[in-house]
Amino acid sequence: MKPINRKLSAENFSTARKRLLQMHFDSGVGHIGGNLSALDAMLIVFHEYLSGEDKFVLSKGHSAGALYTTLWSLGRLQDHDLKQFHKDNTLLAGHPPADGIADIPFATGSLGHGLSLAAGTALAFKLKGSDRQVVCLTSDGEWQEGSTWEALIFACHHRLLNLTVMVDHNNLQGFGSTSDVASMSPLWNRLQGFDVDLQIIDGHDPDAIRTALEGERQHLRIIVMCTVKGHGVSFMENRMEWHYLPLTEEQYQKAIEEAGLK
Amino acid sequence: MRKQLCDALVARAAKSWAENSGMVFLTGDLGFMALEPLREALGPRFINAGVAEQNMVSVAAGLARQDFEVWVYSIAPFCYARPFEQIRNDITFHNLPVKLIGNGGGYGYGVMGPTHHAIEDCGVLLTLPNMRVYVPVFDEDMNAVIARAGNSSCPAYIRMGRGEPPKGYLVPAYAPWRQLTCGGGHVVIVVGPLAGTYIEAFEQLPMEYRPNLWIVSELPLEHNPLPAELIAQIEKSSSLCVAEEHVRHGGFGSELLLHLAGENIAVRRFRHLYARAHHFDRYGSQNFLRRQSALDVDSMLNLLKGSQHA
Repeated sequence: MKPINRKLSAENFSTARKRLLQMHFDSGVGHIGGNLSALDAMLIVFHEYLSGEDKFVLSKGHSAGALYTTLWSLGRLQDHDLKQFHKDNTLLAGHPPADGIADIPFATGSLGHGLSLAAGTALAFKLKGSDRQVVCLTSDGEWQEGSTWEALIFACHHRLLNLTVMVDHNNLQGFGSTSDVASMSPLWNRLQGFDVDLQIIDGHDPDAIRTALEGERQHLRIIVMCTVKGHGVSFMENRMEWHYLPLTEEQYQKAIEEAGLK
Repeated sequence: MRKQLCDALVARAAKSWAENSGMVFLTGDLGFMALEPLREALGPRFINAGVAEQNMVSVAAGLARQDFEVWVYSIAPFCYARPFEQIRNDITFHNLPVKLIGNGGGYGYGVMGPTHHAIEDCGVLLTLPNMRVYVPVFDEDMNAVIARAGNSSCPAYIRMGRGEPPKGYLVPAYAPWRQLTCGGGHVVIVVGPLAGTYIEAFEQLPMEYRPNLWIVSELPLEHNPLPAELIAQIEKSSSLCVAEEHVRHGGFGSELLLHLAGENIAVRRFRHLYARAHHFDRYGSQNFLRRQSALDVDSMLNLLKGSQHA
């Protein structure tokens, strides 16, 4: 992939992180940890690499908050939209909606669907002779879904070089760590058995993400991003409960303060 | 029906190339000795997605989202039961016009066993938003069914079987509702090729007892209401019978009664022949399983005879 815009600044990341926290606090909802682990990558992909007709598929639909915040940072969603997050009569549900937001091609949320949807989209572009790109962001726990491996087999077999798979590898899932629940640790060893161009990077290092996204590849590009659940907020980092919990007022103030420092 | 399916899709593929409308066909590693001409016709747009039906259905949704006309083929249960959530979330939640083709609907795979049977397919799929179900009765129906499903903007499931008309029977042109026999007897509505097995026996009955045999090929009834002539016959008849190679729950029988109740059409006596079980004590052919379910001709005639004397 080629960069299409200037690099985001540290302030851009910080602003988005704070807006994400504010949106979750205002709506009184959780899922914050996995949103914070995915946010940096989404910001870079959307701001710096995706052009108009490219597609992004959020397979880990429970990080919808990070996606909405990213679209807000691009000006494609407004403050009044974010205020509707998780409310009645909203488009901004807890998981991405099926229709109504141009940058969201599919309703996701049930894990194990997104990579196949992305593969179908990438195949469509390939059949059309288009050079459009597709980026799919999966969670790490999602690789316990058999359908994700079906999709990987398909994408490799059809040499979907216009597809980039990013894995938010934050090591925590719904009720335990990925190594305790159903270990494939290290995940990249399993992935390396396929014809893929595999990169393992720090998922919170913007330059590492950029380098991984760039350049031509001979095989399907997979970027395993080692991330931190709850990244940027000390009391959330690497703690499973922040898959679920909403913020109290006191926690919110502390989180906002810390998020601005990173 | 596989040959007719292939012929219809090959013709559609030629039209698709001419119109640049982008037809894609996905198969779950099935179609040997049947779909080779379609593979030839579509070239890279004929995709063997392998033994991975969940992925195949979601890939189909991805293709359809980019405006391809997408057909998905497998043995019926592998086409809808295994990837049900992918059909629900990825196809119907986005109202994508993907066409699912399930071969061997009902007990079509006979002695292959219940893993290969599809006797809850229509009911399950009709619970999904905007889903249309097509059930061709005769081999000759496939061309029209492919055209109607293909031209529809809705997701669809085509339940394929094998046509079973009596020898020499002149198959009537396809229509969503067709009347096959006329007489002074009860009204019988059948879903699918099973209807063909009744024709000869009904035609041999005296006119005063001969049933009015109807076939329905498109569901739900919300989009394919009963013709006025059939409604008149139901209102006049003392008995209405439905036969379907489908389980009772979610089957056409219950949909029909609900529909008639909503239209304030009274049914004096209702008889229902349906697929009674996924598992019987012994395995057997489609006709064996029909007999186990009392869907065979003799069971139907006995039922009608009993109704006449009731």
